Amino acid sequence: MTIKTNLQAVRDTLMEIMERYDNVVVMGEDVGPRGGVFQATRGLYERFGPERVIDTPLAELSIVAVAIGMALNGYHPIAEIQFADFIFPAFNQIVNEAARYRYRSNGAWPVPMIIRAPYGGGVAGGLYHSQSVEAFFTHVPGLYVLAPSTPKDIVGLLRAAVQVPDPVLFFEHKRLYGLVKGEVPEEYYEIRLGEADIKRQGDDITVVAYGLALHEAIKAADKLSEQEGIEAEIIDLRSLVPLDLDTIYESLRKTSKILIVHEDNQTGGWGAEIAARIAEEMFDWLDAPVMRLGGPDVPAVPYAPPFEKWFLPTADKIEAKMRELAEY
Amino acid sequence: MTKKQKRPSDELSDEQLLEMYYYMVLSRKLDERMWVLNRQGKAPFHISGIGHEAIQVAQGFAMRKGHDWYFPHYRDIATCLILGVTPRHMMLALMGKEGDIFSRGRQMPEHFSYKPAKIVSVSSPVATAIPQAAGTALASKLQGKDEVTIVGFGEGSTSEGDFHEGLNWAGIHKLPIVFVCQNNQYAISVPVSKQMAVENVADRAVAYGIRGVVVDGNDILASYDVMKEAIERARRGEGPTLVEAKTYRPVPHSTADDDRSYRSREEVEAWKKRDPILLFEKVLMERGLLDEAKKQEVLDRVMAQVEDAVDYALNQPYPPVESAAQGVFGDSPLVKWSKGVKG
Repeated sequence: MTIKTNLQAVRDTLMEIMERYDNVVVMGEDVGPRGGVFQATRGLYERFGPERVIDTPLAELSIVAVAIGMALNGYHPIAEIQFADFIFPAFNQIVNEAARYRYRSNGAWPVPMIIRAPYGGGVAGGLYHSQSVEAFFTHVPGLYVLAPSTPKDIVGLLRAAVQVPDPVLFFEHKRLYGLVKGEVPEEYYEIRLGEADIKRQGDDITVVAYGLALHEAIKAADKLSEQEGIEAEIIDLRSLVPLDLDTIYESLRKTSKILIVHEDNQTGGWGAEIAARIAEEMFDWLDAPVMRLGGPDVPAVPYAPPFEKWFLPTADKIEAKMRELAEY
Repeated sequence: MTKKQKRPSDELSDEQLLEMYYYMVLSRKLDERMWVLNRQGKAPFHISGIGHEAIQVAQGFAMRKGHDWYFPHYRDIATCLILGVTPRHMMLALMGKEGDIFSRGRQMPEHFSYKPAKIVSVSSPVATAIPQAAGTALASKLQGKDEVTIVGFGEGSTSEGDFHEGLNWAGIHKLPIVFVCQNNQYAISVPVSKQMAVENVADRAVAYGIRGVVVDGNDILASYDVMKEAIERARRGEGPTLVEAKTYRPVPHSTADDDRSYRSREEVEAWKKRDPILLFEKVLMERGLLDEAKKQEVLDRVMAQVEDAVDYALNQPYPPVESAAQGVFGDSPLVKWSKGVKG
């Protein structure tokens, strides 16, 4: 076992993937000699050179489009969008092109690629360096959407993602890059896409989360357990698409109460789809309404520290919601 | 006395010239029939290459079939026929029938896709293929392959940001790519004077550090010269070219368009004197390669192909409805799809 931060998990796995597969390239703004603005690609350029670690023009549309073209011609590109907030110029290429190439060509032209992007608030990033954008992409048939939040999960999922013959969005919470440390097994392992992970066992309520919200939910659960004897089962989604309903439903059969927490704006966030599926398929098992706790419906995380704290899914807010659910 | 420089088209044999003519006529007659089938209610939609046959056949002959990469313009019926797509394939796609090789009925017609010939699947949002083509060309270059990528589009596409970004990449990395703009003067109803402030699309090449060339897109041999040179320059590592083929679209944008609202019938009639097929017939006749009997022979051969393709496609079933729900993702042992309760 080694202890790594989330950032080290990303970087070391990229290094490993580049060694293992000759046809993997990393491309994005500042990924070369600078090693990435978060240092996620540090050392790759020195090891692999400019033909495999490509500094791109400041042009998200073509970062993705060129990656698509390379994927059609033998490569498995890992494109980086520097901040998820800047993914929108590439939206057409991701949704209308990458996601649809296989289906529209009846399987002739698959697009094997990964798009990595740091997302989420908590770094005084303001409205345009803190966004969660996953909900725009979970809606699109043809895209895998991943959001692992621990070093072990990042390593396992990134190893799997690079072997999947379709476009994968790989969101990394930027606040967690340095904040989260965890054990990573020495021996090689992979984590399948579409497998959630129970991070904390409990019988009283089920909490589904990912990202910063996951870690805050665990804090809240530990406090509620210690102080009030409420035992929450915390499910870390890890993959948003495919969604692991099997794990969620199995937990719900045990607890009968479920809360979905995410940092993204509540309205139309990925939690809304999960809540709808549960209501449709698991109605008889519920002892309480399906609850959600998402970000306020304002355009992203404001800059001033009190505003940031107000927006983000902190342990105290999650604790209050969990108590409300447990007491229903 | 200066010696006349040898042009690529001078290397074409008589057989090749007649083959080029055959493809122009085949494309035209298939195309005309597709309009009729639409008006008869047998094909929901069609978008045409009529008027573009010269540049399209020229580029088809200039590329290395099955070796070079090709992102077609949605009008490029003639080019695709040269690269191995058959008249039957065209008709199956037109009607959305089982056996449609482009998309098994999922896409509108003329959204060509044919992997054996490296014809990359066409999408409807224009210009998106331009930076993708830059990516394919970059991949060829990095792998040390002598493949060239050719990407086609209309002049309307050059207003999209994708155009700018694709040409920028091509210039920075000196990519083995040829950008082919078929400027037919209209983007649906919007004339080129409302589309750009410059006289020629090719004038923009200098802004990207690449070569730009204007050619008469209705002159098949001039078009072939320009395309052959551009493709071989790219193959030798001498970098990208932006080719602008000036042409004209004598038919509406598609079967869903009515062009009477935005241009005069006199303007459209005037094109007939510059019909690329007529112009090439004159050249072939001057060279003694074509006469009325030979013309009829070609036409008979073409019409037999057209009738066969139409009959075949009309008699094919549609793909099963269940097939529309399949193939969003490829299979992978590393992906688990849970069923939930309802699956």
